[in-house]
Amino acid sequence: MVLTNETIEQRLKAKFGDLLTNFETPYGMLTFEAPKDYNLKLLQFLYDDTELRFQFLTTLCAVHYPDQPGRELAIVYHLHNLQDNVRIRFKVFTDINTPDIFTATNLYSTANWMERETYDFYGVNFVGHPNLKRILNVDEMDYFPMRKEFPLEDGTRIDKDDAMFGRG
Amino acid sequence: MARPVQYNVKNETGKPVQTVAPPEGYTGEGFFTTKLSDVVGLARKNSLWPLPFATSCCGIEFMATMGSHYDLARFGAERVGFSPRQCDLLMVMGTIAKKMGPVLRQVYLQMAEPRWVLSMGACASSGGIFDTYSVLQGIDQIIPVDVYIPGCPPRPEAVLDGFMKIQELVGKESIRRRNGEQYKQLMESYGIQ
Amino acid sequence: MSEIAHNHIKLPEGSIEKQTTTLNLGPTHPATHGVMQNILELDGERIVSAEQTIGYIHRAFEKLAERRPLYQITTITDRMNYCSSPINNMGWHITCEKLLKVKTPKRVDYLRIIIMELARISDHLICNSIVGVDSGAYTGFLYVMQYRELIYEIYEEICGSRLTTNIGRIGGFERNFTNAAFTKLEKFMDEYPKVLTEFESLFKRNRIFMERTQGTGAISAERALNYGFTGPNLRAAGVDYDVRIHTPYSSYEDFDFTVPVGSTGDNYDRFLVRNEEMRQSLRILEQAYRKVQAFTGAEAEVYHADVPEYYLPEKKDVYTKMEALIWHFKIIMGETAIPVGEVYQSVEGGNGELGFYLISDGGRTPYRLHFRRPCFIYYQAYSELTKGAMLSDAIMTMSSLNLIAGELDS
Repeated sequence: MVLTNETIEQRLKAKFGDLLTNFETPYGMLTFEAPKDYNLKLLQFLYDDTELRFQFLTTLCAVHYPDQPGRELAIVYHLHNLQDNVRIRFKVFTDINTPDIFTATNLYSTANWMERETYDFYGVNFVGHPNLKRILNVDEMDYFPMRKEFPLEDGTRIDKDDAMFGRG
Repeated sequence: MARPVQYNVKNETGKPVQTVAPPEGYTGEGFFTTKLSDVVGLARKNSLWPLPFATSCCGIEFMATMGSHYDLARFGAERVGFSPRQCDLLMVMGTIAKKMGPVLRQVYLQMAEPRWVLSMGACASSGGIFDTYSVLQGIDQIIPVDVYIPGCPPRPEAVLDGFMKIQELVGKESIRRRNGEQYKQLMESYGIQ
Repeated sequence: MSEIAHNHIKLPEGSIEKQTTTLNLGPTHPATHGVMQNILELDGERIVSAEQTIGYIHRAFEKLAERRPLYQITTITDRMNYCSSPINNMGWHITCEKLLKVKTPKRVDYLRIIIMELARISDHLICNSIVGVDSGAYTGFLYVMQYRELIYEIYEEICGSRLTTNIGRIGGFERNFTNAAFTKLEKFMDEYPKVLTEFESLFKRNRIFMERTQGTGAISAERALNYGFTGPNLRAAGVDYDVRIHTPYSSYEDFDFTVPVGSTGDNYDRFLVRNEEMRQSLRILEQAYRKVQAFTGAEAEVYHADVPEYYLPEKKDVYTKMEALIWHFKIIMGETAIPVGEVYQSVEGGNGELGFYLISDGGRTPYRLHFRRPCFIYYQAYSELTKGAMLSDAIMTMSSLNLIAGELDS
């Protein structure tokens, strides 16, 4: 059976029913949304299913949407089926005040550092992660820099004049 | 009068090869006197031992400078060492992030006097194109720098030019500089004992 | 890996004499090519566990990208894998073209392939010669740097810069390749194969090198896939996944080349896979060069797609023609239409699948740009690769994995 976006969608709907929403295909890649408690079950199903076989986690990242209350942080998983050469993407939305997501490290060892990076940048708390601490920024940093409310520049620098750079 | 060079004074095209002028001094029959700082400077500048503190892209350009096309070894920097205790010149090449700052400072403190610092590239001199929360905007916030080489990355010729400027500084340095008042004040402004 | 019998006294576990030493293979170390730190627990000479710390050169590329318009992000993609920066640049342009639905002409694709394969050769050359340096053989490195200078000269002819190239534009190139560039390319293609054979002959059947690299740093294909390995490291473990063949971009499907695959995934296989990939890159270069020379007439002058909305017009047109002035103004001031959407595009970088996940909200700058950096992903496996190995094997593994600090920390 040739694996196309429609067959994947049908199989997912057959297994999970109405839990998965927002099926779209931007630029040819099937994208859908899942509730945040089901991310591990979904990953496991996509891994074990004999026809779907999405056994390669390409990347994991987060996006901050400050103007969607209750759904501010989106965690995006990109999966790849190497044998049939199909990619899909799914998103899990969470509230910014309780950003707890189940970790995927038991299934994919590659998710270990990807989740640490997401925690470092956005503050997403991955439940069950073996070593959730900051990876790229200094350990003493007390804020999550990639969130939209924080600026790019270091506010305490003295040698650059913001007015000359067109900001502030 | 020093014996003139007799062999290999003309290369293939017939142009005479110039010898470098000796430092100013008083010569006599079999002796030559000059200032101690001149001789010491001459010896130091032609045998600088650099410590390449290569963090990113400028490090690769440094590797090209060390290669045979733009040879840095001609300037006496044949032996690059990675141990700060043995090196004179700290060449900081590449972006220094705030996480790396303490490491750089520790390496600088481990170097023995006399020591010079060369900051290569825009990132090491002033933060470069990375005006962000995680990049140190120039290493001169934590250690004193002697020569800055701009560029992103600077061409090997620019690196050699910067190295020659360091050589000039080394050659002309007074041997009492490191014990003087001005140097002490410089070190205090960085918090270095 | 062969187990060497330890002829030392067997000490009871937990006794004061049997403790592990902590060694900090710190951010500055002659063996760490780039700034990364490994804290190793050693039992004598054997490594019991390793913990990596990265982030010593974190430059916040992803946040920086949210501030810059699409055409200015090329300069920061350069600095990720700086040994092969043209591949990063082309990958970014291809991502933008996918978002903006721009179709590039064939000649542009072939010229891009020439640049990307040169960059791949440049990257593998550094990696393999540094593997040689780490095992004590400095000659190969110095010999091969000469040929990297030739590649740099080719880049300089085209874009003006040697290392961080910022080459190309969305839709093509900034100028046509000059005849001097093609002459230098021919010179490179003539001289380099013999040099590669000579370089390889220094190491391939060299007994010391073989004993140091065979069996060390090995990983099985299943573990490699689970760790998200891609690129030469995965191919050395036996999986033939190459983005150029799986999801061809930039007309790679018109080219005939093979993908070398190893068997055990150890350091020796990685070295050989990279060497063979350089040979295949040379094959692709020759085919691309012939294809480019085969264009005649007006087609031979094409170096960018015809997309005035995204490709800056020539300066002489801006000063004389009204439409060109309007397009110039619109592009610089950010008034051209950028579609809303999200796109993921990956290219085969020197280290594996370099992916760009771009979410655009219609504005000039991306809403979110995430880089899937292969080095970051496979460096996690370092502690597993070096468990039980000796310290010198750990150094060899680190350099044969081709860890580039700019790609580790974004």
